[in-house]
Amino acid sequence: MADALVRADVLAGRRAETAGVSVVPGAPASRLSLRAPQAGIAALSKALGLALPKKPKGTAQDGTRAALWLGPDEWLVLDAEGVDLAGLCASVRTAHSAVDVSHRNVAILVSGPAAETVLAAGCPQDLAPAVFPVGAASRTVLGKVEIVLWRTGADAFRVEVWRSFSDYAFTLLAEAARDA
Amino acid sequence: MLLIRCPYCEEDRPELEFRHAGEAHIARPERIAAISDEAFERYFFLRANPKGLIYERWRHLHGCARFFNAVRDTVSDRFVMTYKAGEPKPETLPEETGR
Repeated sequence: MADALVRADVLAGRRAETAGVSVVPGAPASRLSLRAPQAGIAALSKALGLALPKKPKGTAQDGTRAALWLGPDEWLVLDAEGVDLAGLCASVRTAHSAVDVSHRNVAILVSGPAAETVLAAGCPQDLAPAVFPVGAASRTVLGKVEIVLWRTGADAFRVEVWRSFSDYAFTLLAEAARDA
Repeated sequence: MLLIRCPYCEEDRPELEFRHAGEAHIARPERIAAISDEAFERYFFLRANPKGLIYERWRHLHGCARFFNAVRDTVSDRFVMTYKAGEPKPETLPEETGR
């Protein structure tokens, strides 16, 4: 009899730690790719228990759940508890698209005084606190891959990257950490 | 690196996040099956390709993913201005800021 299929943790055991920065994989979480016009924001916010941000680079956070503004009609919703986010939106009757992408992305957590410098090795955006403050999030690039970058603290960032790109992203950050 | 202002993100962003998407303000003929081959060729294939100011579509692919329009100088590669998709072609352009 075949053994039950077990999902492999793609970054299992990977760590990069130096005096200034630590780069570690994030815990599994549920993720939702949400698209909706302006008219649907109120109903979806209510269903998710979170006011969807309307400003560029905006985020909203409530407990273990967070919503990141990606575009005028697009959000990435994260939940650390593994809640079925698409299920929460199922009762919303206004036009929207809610697609569960929990296993499409993995998270990489970059923290420490040199975190900004390490990310700047691959990310062309201005990450200075005046422009990219705590709570800001944006889709951008890291080296050759697309990421969603979220500043969770003064010295802490969460990088959301596609699973198949995660080896590249992690290696780039680990190399940058060695130089930082 | 060039900085391009995204009218949706309301911010200058690095050019690596953007993708060029051809000339802007090209209207698709309403009854495309009825037009002549020559008219179709003009609509579909022939572009102005000017030396100087050009109106183009760009996409903030690795950002908000929106298409927008930009006025760019093909000689200096300087972006004169950007504006949202669907907005009319600007009649006046901002003055040179000398940057």
